Amino acid sequence: MAKYRPNIGLEVHAELNTRTKVFCGCPTAVGAQPNTQVCPVCLGFPGVLPVLNRRVVEFALRAALAMNCEIVRPSIFERKGYYYPDLPKNFQISQKRAPLGRKGHLEVTVNGETKRVGIYDVHIEEDAAKLLHPEDDRGHSLVDFNRSGVPLLEIVSDPDMNSAAEAEAYMNAVRDMLLYLGISECRMEQGQLRFEASVSLRPEGESELGTRVEIKNLNSFRAVIGAVGYEIWRQSQALDSGEELVQETRLWDDERGATEPMRTKETAMDYRYFPEPDLTPLEVDDEWIGRIRAELPELAEARRRRLTEQHGLSDYDAGILTGDKVLADLFKATAAEGAPAKAAANWLTGEFLRLLKEGGLAAEQTRLEPKGLAELIGLVEKGAINAPAAKQVFGKLFERGGSPSEIVKELGLAQISDEGEIAGVVDGVIEEHPDAVENFHKGKEQALKFLVGQVMRKTRGRANPQLVNELLRKRIGGG
Amino acid sequence: MSALNDLTAHELSELLGKREASAREVLEATCARIDEVEDNLAAYLLLTREEAERQASAVDERRARGEDLPALAGVPLALKDIFCTKGIETTCGSRILKGFVPPYDADVVERCRENGLVLVGKTNMDEFAMGSSTENSAFGVTHNPWDLERVPGGSSGGSAAAAAASSTIVALGTDTGGSIRQPASFCGVVGLKPTYGRISRYGVVAFASSLDQVGAITKDVRDCALMLNVLAGHDPRDSTSIAAPAPDYTRALVSELAGMRVGLVKEFMEYQGVGVDREVGAAVRGAVERFHELGAECGEVSLPHLNYSIPVYYLIAPAEASSNLARYDGVQYGYRTPEEGAADIIEMYRKTRDDGFGPEVKRRIMLGTYALSAGYYDAYYLKASQVRGLIRRDFDRAFEQYDILVGPTSPTVAFRLGEKTEDPIAMYLSDVCTIPVNMGGLPGMSLPCGFSPDGMPIGLQLVGRSLGEEALLRAAYAFEQTTDFHRRRAHSVRERNGRRCVVARASA
Ligand SMILES: [Zn+2]
Repeated sequence: MAKYRPNIGLEVHAELNTRTKVFCGCPTAVGAQPNTQVCPVCLGFPGVLPVLNRRVVEFALRAALAMNCEIVRPSIFERKGYYYPDLPKNFQISQKRAPLGRKGHLEVTVNGETKRVGIYDVHIEEDAAKLLHPEDDRGHSLVDFNRSGVPLLEIVSDPDMNSAAEAEAYMNAVRDMLLYLGISECRMEQGQLRFEASVSLRPEGESELGTRVEIKNLNSFRAVIGAVGYEIWRQSQALDSGEELVQETRLWDDERGATEPMRTKETAMDYRYFPEPDLTPLEVDDEWIGRIRAELPELAEARRRRLTEQHGLSDYDAGILTGDKVLADLFKATAAEGAPAKAAANWLTGEFLRLLKEGGLAAEQTRLEPKGLAELIGLVEKGAINAPAAKQVFGKLFERGGSPSEIVKELGLAQISDEGEIAGVVDGVIEEHPDAVENFHKGKEQALKFLVGQVMRKTRGRANPQLVNELLRKRIGGG
Repeated sequence: MSALNDLTAHELSELLGKREASAREVLEATCARIDEVEDNLAAYLLLTREEAERQASAVDERRARGEDLPALAGVPLALKDIFCTKGIETTCGSRILKGFVPPYDADVVERCRENGLVLVGKTNMDEFAMGSSTENSAFGVTHNPWDLERVPGGSSGGSAAAAAASSTIVALGTDTGGSIRQPASFCGVVGLKPTYGRISRYGVVAFASSLDQVGAITKDVRDCALMLNVLAGHDPRDSTSIAAPAPDYTRALVSELAGMRVGLVKEFMEYQGVGVDREVGAAVRGAVERFHELGAECGEVSLPHLNYSIPVYYLIAPAEASSNLARYDGVQYGYRTPEEGAADIIEMYRKTRDDGFGPEVKRRIMLGTYALSAGYYDAYYLKASQVRGLIRRDFDRAFEQYDILVGPTSPTVAFRLGEKTEDPIAMYLSDVCTIPVNMGGLPGMSLPCGFSPDGMPIGLQLVGRSLGEEALLRAAYAFEQTTDFHRRRAHSVRERNGRRCVVARASA
């Protein structure tokens, strides 16, 4: 089957979440009325000039350094020319020959194995406007320039991925990194993360890469995985039947689940890149690099490794916990409050995610605080409350935060650990169910569970189950 | 007593300060001259008389209240139509920008307004500043006030002609390859293109961004220094703007040149074995003689790579222009081809640009597009950029020996209308002495240094070190003090369309 080895490269375009645009002072907030966050600069009026937003450089540097890139000094902005109504100047300010960063790598985990994906370059560019195509109109399109000039970070990988699964792991790693660095919201449904893929196949054992096909119009992880899988299949079929593949750009059709030809190398776009004369070369000094490097947070991959190696969590739990920056930070802070890692992980990957899903919420929308969770875990460990009660308390913490011990009091959930009090209930239950006692004596362990259940029911779940067990065995003379 | 508009800005400043004249009176005299000559000169594309009257009255009222006003408050100003003016149509001499009304002022326009200058109108120019005669304007030809059958030079031809005809007092132009200095030379006025970055380009419709620079066209050197005081300074909206503070340039105006080293550039005097016109060469050598008499040490210097300036310029400038002009596509502003004629957006682009741009602009867009194309970039644009570096090095070396470099501004005096329109290369060569200065990003200046036997002014070019405007002004001022060229006013009298036209009178 695996006669061909695919090589996949990905370009990720991420909108950076700076407050203002990359070359003017307009706000970047989403959701505003069309064409209200614009000025002559981002509308490309005659005579206006770009001025680089230093914060964008700061954000891009974070990403470049987090991906172990070498910083190009000076880095140069260039104009990429093409005519399209979403591009008010009919060129896009981007970087090509001297991008901000290059020759980096990112580590990703696929099936428990770590793989290093090369980063070819990381560079800054401006986003285009948004085109709207109203149905009712006479074939006219509308342009919303609010997005024109929003900063984009483009991350270009080497063609180091060999399967759709690796491509997926890489995209996850990139998204996690952007979220951990706090430089992009990564909301795919808002187009804040967009992709282009390249796929080539070569016979197994061959070292030279095959004919490269680029795929555009990939707006979700699902689209990338689908398109990459489809291309691997299509190219294998073609090679099998002796067809010559052409170097081309193809478009992914989400509905059909297939790629279709867009243009070949012969008709390839000539962008006529040349250095942007209105911007001076970007000099990043050692001090700036040093400061950003020192402030870099621990990235998902490193954190995941620490969770499995130091805290003994499973790969699965560690993967879930680090997959979301808010979740990961919550875990870290809960552990820092003294809670055992395993218990904290169980709560967060279990009940917490279940409640999020149920409420359709994002992690940052809840009121759960690390201190509260740590205290709750402590109460359970001390035997102050039992598991069902703990779930109830957790639900309250999730909804409105607060102190677990007060919630326990308020809901009357404190566990009964008083031997005398429980003994009374146990005696009553034994009296009421002589048949169960008899079955137990016949060796049916199941019967004991039934009796425990009866005690719990009578105490409305508050009795300490361990104590109930002990007392029952003592009374009816088992084990 | 000559008419108020025949005076210089500094003379008017004095009169206004002493309340011997009002800004309204100065404006009226200027407008009267415009009415008198404009039919034959066609220096203006648009007159802003109402706004000018408001501005002049405001200046007079402020003065009446005893306010301390800037030196040039109340002085009439003409703007090349390349400067964006808030609420006032800005066409850049092109059909494609017909009807475009900018919602903002260029930085220099703001500075002029703050200094109380009175905008009388927007002047004609070669379309998108591409040309050396103002014959490439989409809106008609401007004439040289010294001889209406000749060109005023270009691309800031309207500004130079208006200053020379006293239909303005001061004017602004832009200079990408000589577009201030060459028309100043052809019209017998003073033009200064400062160091690249000394004046903000914000709001100046871009031609070739790495070469474009704003400057003033004035009747004498002192006015030029006063205007530079208004225009120069840092602007955070222009990333290439120089942060160093601008000095008071009038302090450089002294009448001796002791210790100054002046180098006559060999390559300015001849190009590829062909010398400049005889009378031009003689006037320039006479000027060097004069510098010597004023105490300067004079010599000759060769900058061999200047011989490549024209080919290098005609790769770099069109390349940048092809990109800068890409935005004129009919989508947002300016001209758009009639809708029924265009089936889709691509056709709309094509027809809009085909109708909207004139032949010279199209020629340069094609040149530039070609030079940037895949497979040609290294051989053309990149190579040109490297040679540009060599030209800069030549200048650096020359400035180790000399404080200023001199030569003619243009190899000839103003040529006849239509003489070079069919021969682009001949037209391009009229900028052979000015283009290298833009390559180096250096300050360059033109001032009158004589007249040809047929009465046309000859321009002397001075080139300084980066930020060396003061040395230029000092040399120019000292030289000017020994001549009366700057006091002569254009005086052509011509019959045009059966109408007698007095273009200007002598004021001296
Ligand atoms: Zn803006």
